[in-house]
Amino acid sequence: MNTKKKKIILEDGSQYAGTAFGADRETMAELVFNTSPVGYQELFSDLSYTGQMVVMTYPLIGNYGTCEDDYESAVPKMSALIVREYCDEPSNFRCIDTLGNVMKQYGIAGVAGVDTRKLARHIRDHGSCRAYIVDEDRNVDEALEELRVWIPDCGQVSRVSTPTIYEYDRSQAGILQNAAPYGPDDPKYPEYPKYPGYRIVVVDCGVKQNILRCLADKGCHVTVVPWDTPAEKIMVLAPDGVLISNGPGNPEDVQPTIQTVRELRGRVPIFGICLGHQILSLAYSARTYKLKFGHRGGNHPVMDIKTGKVEITSQNHSYAVDADSLENTGLSVTHKNLLDSTVEGVECIEDRVMSVQYHPEAAPGPADGGYLFKRFLALVDEYKSCTR
Amino acid sequence: MPKRTDIKKILVIGSGPIVIGQAAEFDYAGTQACLSLREEGYEVVLCNSNPATIMTDARIADKIYMEPLTLEFIAKIIRMERPDAILPGIGGQTGLNLAIQLEKKGILHECGVELLGTRSESIERAEDRELFKELCQQIGEPVLPSKIADSVEEAVEAAEEIGYPVVIRPAFTLGGTGGGFAQTREEFDELIKNALMLSPVHQVLIEKSVKGYKEIEYEVIRDANDTAITVCNMENIDPVGIHTGDSIVVCPSQTLTNKEYQMLRNSALKIIRALKIEGGCNVQFALDPQSFRYYLIEVNPRVSRSSALASKASGYPIARVSAKISVGLRLDEIRLANTPASFEPALDYVVTKMPRFPFDKFDDASNKLGTQMKATGEVMSVGRTLEESLLKAVRSLETGVFHLHSRKFDGYTVNELEDYIAIGTDDRIFAIAELLRRETYMYENETYNLQYETVNSNQEVPKCAAVKGNPQEPECAARNNDICDPIGEIAAITGIDRFFISKIRNIVRTEQLIKEDPGNAAILKSAKKTGFSDREIAALWSMSEREIFELRQNHGIVPTYKMIDSCASEFESYIPYFYSTYEEENESIVSDRKKIIVLGSGPIRIGQGVEFDYSTVHAVQTIKESGYEAIIINNNPETVSTDYTTSDKLYFEPLCPEDVMNIVEMEKPEGVIAILGGQTAINLAEPLKEYGVRIIGTDCDAIEKAENRDLFEKLLLELDIPQPKGAAVTNIEDGVRVAGEIGYPVLVRPSFVLGGRAMQIVSKEADMRHYLKNAVEVDEDKPVLVDKYIRGREVEVDAVCDGRDVFVPGIMELVERTGVHSGDSISVYPAFSISDNVKGKILRYTHKLGMGIGIVGLYNIQFIVDPTDNVYVIEVNPRSSRTVPFLSKATGYSLADIATLAILGISLKEQGIFELYPKEKKRWCVKAPAFSFAKLKGMDSYLSPEMKSTGEAIGYDERLHRAMYKALIASGIRLQNYGTVIVTLADEDKEEALPLVQRFYHMGFNIEATIGTAQFLKDHGIRTRIRRKLSEGSEEILDSIRAGYVSYVINTRAILSGVHYIDGVAIRRCAIENNVTIFTSLDTVKVLLDVLEEQTIKVAPL
Repeated sequence: MNTKKKKIILEDGSQYAGTAFGADRETMAELVFNTSPVGYQELFSDLSYTGQMVVMTYPLIGNYGTCEDDYESAVPKMSALIVREYCDEPSNFRCIDTLGNVMKQYGIAGVAGVDTRKLARHIRDHGSCRAYIVDEDRNVDEALEELRVWIPDCGQVSRVSTPTIYEYDRSQAGILQNAAPYGPDDPKYPEYPKYPGYRIVVVDCGVKQNILRCLADKGCHVTVVPWDTPAEKIMVLAPDGVLISNGPGNPEDVQPTIQTVRELRGRVPIFGICLGHQILSLAYSARTYKLKFGHRGGNHPVMDIKTGKVEITSQNHSYAVDADSLENTGLSVTHKNLLDSTVEGVECIEDRVMSVQYHPEAAPGPADGGYLFKRFLALVDEYKSCTR
Repeated sequence: MPKRTDIKKILVIGSGPIVIGQAAEFDYAGTQACLSLREEGYEVVLCNSNPATIMTDARIADKIYMEPLTLEFIAKIIRMERPDAILPGIGGQTGLNLAIQLEKKGILHECGVELLGTRSESIERAEDRELFKELCQQIGEPVLPSKIADSVEEAVEAAEEIGYPVVIRPAFTLGGTGGGFAQTREEFDELIKNALMLSPVHQVLIEKSVKGYKEIEYEVIRDANDTAITVCNMENIDPVGIHTGDSIVVCPSQTLTNKEYQMLRNSALKIIRALKIEGGCNVQFALDPQSFRYYLIEVNPRVSRSSALASKASGYPIARVSAKISVGLRLDEIRLANTPASFEPALDYVVTKMPRFPFDKFDDASNKLGTQMKATGEVMSVGRTLEESLLKAVRSLETGVFHLHSRKFDGYTVNELEDYIAIGTDDRIFAIAELLRRETYMYENETYNLQYETVNSNQEVPKCAAVKGNPQEPECAARNNDICDPIGEIAAITGIDRFFISKIRNIVRTEQLIKEDPGNAAILKSAKKTGFSDREIAALWSMSEREIFELRQNHGIVPTYKMIDSCASEFESYIPYFYSTYEEENESIVSDRKKIIVLGSGPIRIGQGVEFDYSTVHAVQTIKESGYEAIIINNNPETVSTDYTTSDKLYFEPLCPEDVMNIVEMEKPEGVIAILGGQTAINLAEPLKEYGVRIIGTDCDAIEKAENRDLFEKLLLELDIPQPKGAAVTNIEDGVRVAGEIGYPVLVRPSFVLGGRAMQIVSKEADMRHYLKNAVEVDEDKPVLVDKYIRGREVEVDAVCDGRDVFVPGIMELVERTGVHSGDSISVYPAFSISDNVKGKILRYTHKLGMGIGIVGLYNIQFIVDPTDNVYVIEVNPRSSRTVPFLSKATGYSLADIATLAILGISLKEQGIFELYPKEKKRWCVKAPAFSFAKLKGMDSYLSPEMKSTGEAIGYDERLHRAMYKALIASGIRLQNYGTVIVTLADEDKEEALPLVQRFYHMGFNIEATIGTAQFLKDHGIRTRIRRKLSEGSEEILDSIRAGYVSYVINTRAILSGVHYIDGVAIRRCAIENNVTIFTSLDTVKVLLDVLEEQTIKVAPL
């Protein structure tokens, strides 16, 4: 087993020591932290983390290994995972391999033995930043220079999106994450057997598999299209609804998708999730901005302003929609984060458009927001009955 | 929803005396809840019969009733106080049951009182198995196949139908009392009758057993707006089958994937919503380790022991939030330290809870664990790895071990160890470690010469696969069922997940690495990172603990302190709640204020209960008020002292010299107070002093003077204070000789003991030899004390000395004569039978001793008064005592506060206290012990010098007998003024017992007795039904007890003659098992009769 010493160099020059696990490679990426106690497999395979290295604040990672059904993408793209203690002797009835082996396979670097709390506090106080994982013996000044001139990739979405249109085959999907998504009771949304055969087109900006599973599980036919598919090409598919998926990076870098949404609005119900929510807001001429260190974890309370009910959400984003910029865009705030009052959801009733900043598909994290899929399908319902 | 304004006055019901299954956690929850309601502007009326609580302090509620927690008394309080509402979910099962009764009897309706929080229908639905099952089936949540039974016949039928193995669960009992697991019909028969008996509704649930499943708990909380969150989840290391209170528990769960975690979270939220619970709730699951199958095992619709643990583990104050929810506030409207209460805490550490058992005191009680809780208390520890967390918990336990190594198993063979771990016991984890030690040692010596770079994590350790020379073998150990897989083997035997066992193996392997490289600083550092104590490293390197400490200091290997901020550092905040770990960044900011460290009292055990936490908390409050920064070190998650809002700074750490010293080195306090945290803290005084720490208050020399037999004797001689004749002996022959000289009976006990541990009255030489040979270890280092046993009245005082003056707030007299541990005696303030002359002597002696020993602070003295008014000193405890809260509440003088001020240098006179002994109060206060015998199978209930009670209750009244009546009722004794009394007496007690039995007889009781006693009673004109003795081969006497018509059993044992009756043990055990009140001291019977006569209107002819 590899016990090579590694160090993590941050752009401000601070250093953190640890030992390697996973892929033994030097890598530069944006450094962020996540507070989820479980779900590392879903996390490293979530394409929204493309080009990022993630510090897990929970200290014990790898305990249950990796399981066949828990991937959120076919080819994970995270840069690195930084942990306090990596467990190489996993235990779970579904476990097929260790986390380290799988990370090696996908070229994800790992550093263990790090004072992750110190590192997370650093990120909290100074904001997410660029970092460089190097071998212990690397010259720090040189590495730092390399890091400072490095220009992060801004075309991640194009790299992680599907190149072609495909039909989602549910039988290939494995079992649904969080088998019984549960939200506050709301009789307005009937159980899903009422939505047979709706065609939902998912614009893939790096879509999490569980979004597709959730839709398919509710009886939808799911067609996945590349991120830059023009509106007209989508309309040819005769969608009953369109979902703009999650994905990595700055929403402003995804202009083609913004344009697509601009053209689709009002013509078909649209549901945006995470990056999709930001894209949708930009398409309505709102603004987005980068948060100091983002939201990543499974414990943020979000209030559904309509019902006054609070749900615990799965979060993973660096950017947010500027609340003030929503004025006169036709969008109104539906959900708000109770910790920092950031916008967590918007809608345009007229256009049958809704979006949320967090992850109703969970995986990992709580499934409290599962009702949003029902809410979206209710919009589709309404749309169908108008156009019928 | 803003808080309700239509209610103004709220009654809070506490949980009463501490018994196993309902302990200090309800003091913590109750205190929080009362303060939380007052903070919102409500008037709080509190009822709790337990004086040894912070909750019953004047500053916690507007009005406090320390009355018995029975329907009759609570109803009276309600009629008098006319509260608008009642908060039932805070006082444990006792509080909840009372609230339901109050509602059912219509008292709440009659007085216009509303039940706050969860509705009573919901409570019933959660607690009544059948209703609960129905509900779960409605919402599609899986519950175990089960059947309710109201009789033995029904129960047997149900068990046959479900199929063995089954679990028996009595309805509405504390801590699963009377429950059990039955593999066969025979085992079932043994349990079922008792189970039915112990349920207040005589109902049991027979349930399919899921032994071996993982036991997972979720702490959830919901508001009236249907927002529901989980505070945290917990995983029991021990699988289903062992009560969660007796399990080693980690928080958060370690072996669940996101799917399993969320699946159970969803289920927990679904059930709390379906039950419409408003407030905190605990949900327990059984999860199949081989599939997603799970069952809902239990829901506690109230704050619980688990919720106290969850609060401390996460920093989320569940009871405080629950109280606010009950008055209409929503989770998002309640603010916590740095977030709204609608947020789910994120942990970035591992919490381990280990239960503290009373088996070290009671070797006759079985240490097998099952569905009935046996632990008296618990410790919690926090670390950044499981190994660190677990090892810190082990050394917090104070069971004489400082590492995952118990000497007990050194002599076991591998086969014996394998047999031992098959059954859940209090020390199974030590046996597992020993087994791994053997196996690791074996194959590593045969096949390896390992070269390790570092030792801190498991990845450097070669796999089993490598041993077999097959490096291509998949590295996933979960699939690796090789023959050399001790982890798999142990997992299969114990049902404990292999994850935990491999962590234990890491610890064992680290031992090896340490051993191989003495003095290596790098190894030392990684050993500390793995959580090893200095003491264990010292043992492995044959060095002293001090040397290791210094080696660490020299190499800068000192711990960092991390904050428990409930958000994994996501939000900037400063919460003064810390734990140690060996990492890079220290977050504990040392202020420039003057600081005092107060040492807590650790886990609750028999002999050291919540009373010591009471003193600690008072000290902290006084220190804060005096302008110092008050710092607490403690490891008990159940208590008020470990609420981080109690002190200025809380360190949640083991109470070992090393851990305390690390904090002292960093904080550099003015001094450390050791005399308030019971024997735990006192034992730390000497080692700390050796490190140069300033112990303030009574110093080490003074402690030594009181605790060292020779010094103490010398002092008494100097001061001219008599004590019973005696000596310390260091071998058996000496012991026998000394006892002969003094004259039997003698009182024997090991020196330096707690709660009269292993203390006995010995009446003849043979017994003396037996005791010295078997009951105690006796050698040069461990002398045994042999004292003349003087029969007389026992009197106790707690006093404060400031170095110049002494203050004795009151004198307490014990009802039972010498020979019964004072903690098990009924204690009365003011003294009821001693003369002013005796009082004078007691005060004089107390004054002389305080000054002579050099006490600065609290001390406690026990006296014997013989029939001719001679006063002897039995012992002086140079520290806070069990009776401090009782006496404080009885006299109105807050002793712990007065003592703390004295320690801080403010003299008694400066405090306005000018007299040695204030005027006695007119009101009688009686403290009665509460026992948990029914939960400790096999334990003899005979009252002896060895303390056996787990808690205490108070009763007060203008009339003595009424105060006694209340105290007895409050302690849980069922008082009946008719029925049958079974009397079995030692010969020497017969004369004395006669008038007592006559009094029962004249009140109309039927008397039953064994032949000897019966003949004696008949001779004295008492009609007595003869029951044959067990030794005559008959179970007649036990059958009587079992039949349910017996009100009291009176059974005495021959102390003076030393004759032991085997019958007695069986009778006592039978009475306990059948919930029949038993008395083993005639003094207690006398009090009972006084009380009963007061309550009973007699009939007489003209």
